[in-house]
Amino acid sequence: MLPVKSSSIPRRVLLVGNPNVGKSALFSRLTGTYIVTSNYPGTTVEFTRGYLKLAGEQVEVIDVPGTYTLEPTCKAEEVAVKMLQQGGLVINVVDATNLERNLGLTLELLERGVPLVVALNMWDDARHRGIKIDVDKLEELLGVPIVPTVAVTGEGVKELVNRIVEAKVPQVTFSTSEERWAKVGEIVGQVQSLSHRHHTWSEAVGDVGSHPIWGFVLALVVLVAAFWVIRLVGEGIIKYVTDPFFERVWAVLLMKLSPLLGGGGVWHDIVVGKLISGSIDFMQSMGLLSTGLYIEFGVVIPYIVAFYFVLGLLEDVGYLPRLAVLMDTLLHRLGLHGYAIIPTMLGFGCNVPAIMATRILESRRERFITATLISIGVPCAALQAMIFGLVGKQGFQYVAIVYASLFVSWIIIGLILNRAVRGFSPELLVEIPPYRFPPWRVIGQKLWLRISIFIKEALPVVLGAVLLVNILYTFGVFDFIAAATAPLVSGLLGLPKESVIALAMGFLRKDVAVGMLAPLALTAKQLVVACTVLAMFFPCVATFVVLLRELGVKDMLKAAGVMLVAATVVGALQNLLLPG
Amino acid sequence: MGEAMSEKLVLSLSQMSVGQSGIVVQVAGGHGMVRRLEALGIRPGKKITKVSSMLFRGPVTVRIDNSQVAIGFGMASRVMVEVNAAS
Repeated sequence: MLPVKSSSIPRRVLLVGNPNVGKSALFSRLTGTYIVTSNYPGTTVEFTRGYLKLAGEQVEVIDVPGTYTLEPTCKAEEVAVKMLQQGGLVINVVDATNLERNLGLTLELLERGVPLVVALNMWDDARHRGIKIDVDKLEELLGVPIVPTVAVTGEGVKELVNRIVEAKVPQVTFSTSEERWAKVGEIVGQVQSLSHRHHTWSEAVGDVGSHPIWGFVLALVVLVAAFWVIRLVGEGIIKYVTDPFFERVWAVLLMKLSPLLGGGGVWHDIVVGKLISGSIDFMQSMGLLSTGLYIEFGVVIPYIVAFYFVLGLLEDVGYLPRLAVLMDTLLHRLGLHGYAIIPTMLGFGCNVPAIMATRILESRRERFITATLISIGVPCAALQAMIFGLVGKQGFQYVAIVYASLFVSWIIIGLILNRAVRGFSPELLVEIPPYRFPPWRVIGQKLWLRISIFIKEALPVVLGAVLLVNILYTFGVFDFIAAATAPLVSGLLGLPKESVIALAMGFLRKDVAVGMLAPLALTAKQLVVACTVLAMFFPCVATFVVLLRELGVKDMLKAAGVMLVAATVVGALQNLLLPG
Repeated sequence: MGEAMSEKLVLSLSQMSVGQSGIVVQVAGGHGMVRRLEALGIRPGKKITKVSSMLFRGPVTVRIDNSQVAIGFGMASRVMVEVNAAS
């Protein structure tokens, strides 16, 4: 008997490979439009699933988190290994421009005895760089099907699908990793030949991106441009799509609905909202169908779309690891290393996925500090959209004060946590991928996935929050809370006691909370204090749940304590120091 | 150092100057660190080039084969590289 057995149609297909080898692009080519992101059970590591039609059967395809080795060094890699243990056929995505390093993982996969097919991806790039690989020879040496592919254009993908059924399970064992790497070296020596190559333009820019001085200039340009594009796209959607819809179509429909519900009273106000001088005011009416839907779709979603579009571009172009290198020295002072910038950037969209993303950090200490700092100093897109909408009307300088206060708090609290939290933080070690322009298809798919997840998670909470506001008003609960906390809120923060209600609502949804500040006619200074405190003091309930899951009860309570103290101190300082 | 070895010099990645190349001779760290660097292609016998380094003891970026890797300063100080002293 040969030590090789063939498999027929697999139960599921796992895409396994190093990070930055074009796994997601291949995934998008293999699967149709129906894809979902889920958390691996018991963890918050995300993975994407889709389906592939294979000989008339629907086969599940899973995009496994990128991993360099099957001896895991972080949570995401642990998940990759666990998924592998649950069985399925593996398509090992290999970067043809980095054959040697990628084959290390391939040999580890061979040792696991899983049915394997290798996609030799970025085949065009390898050719361009003067790297020649003898595919037949490689196939002979490894004993599994090898298919050159260019996932970005789709070249070779059809052949890859056709050859899935030929997957083989060779039996290989190495006693040490030295032995494995020696084998890799031997294989590469036999199949790969290099000819002279030129520096590509992207390598030249790559060098600028991690240059000790020009790198910062580029980072500044990139961040300013990112901010500008987000505002441009977000405001564009509001001005040309959502506002016309809400003002000209939705408001008219609601005004027709209003008399049917009696034009007033409890039910009317819950569903449609209070009429303000005879018409719907989307920011103030506080009905499920008016303010509830408007906050989500009219204000927040446009910015969420804009933000995730820009973030997806920066991610897939390969800029973020360079930012991590630049930020490393600063973040070390805060007890973190440069890679913590990635969850932090995500936080400007929504704190929930940001705190989940702290899983890419190795130590518990780093995860605690990063998660706490995100909850305090990084306002989510929903909150930012409302801050721009409300505080922006008073003048841009007030928005700047809010942001500056958050940034300074982020740094100072980081410095304190670095001294106060025991343990050490490991060092940065990250691959800097070459700049690559991602296919629009992959960007679009990722954007759609992120937005649909956001709507699914946020919409019920926004509507629930609006409903709760109505109920609590009706039963006078707010008056009680307002009276009880008035000394703190008016004395220390200089806010009217009605704003307590908005602050309390911040626990449910920050965007709804800022919306509730709108009818209070606060001064510019009061708005600044209220928005800063809202941003810092407690994360919204969704973030709270993730914090609990990620950090455990004890650390979550510690984090919450830090937030409360920090918010009160900063709010009081603003009240004391700001003129007006 | 012996006379026969006078042209060769062993430096750590953080001591090397930008643009300098050499051969990795040793990764002086624990099992975990050796394994992580190995997975990224940094192991004894490999040719390595220092691409850049950040100011104030920031990370060091190196090129190895066709990939670039950024390594924290402390870790970079423990990757020993044999370089030509003459160049």
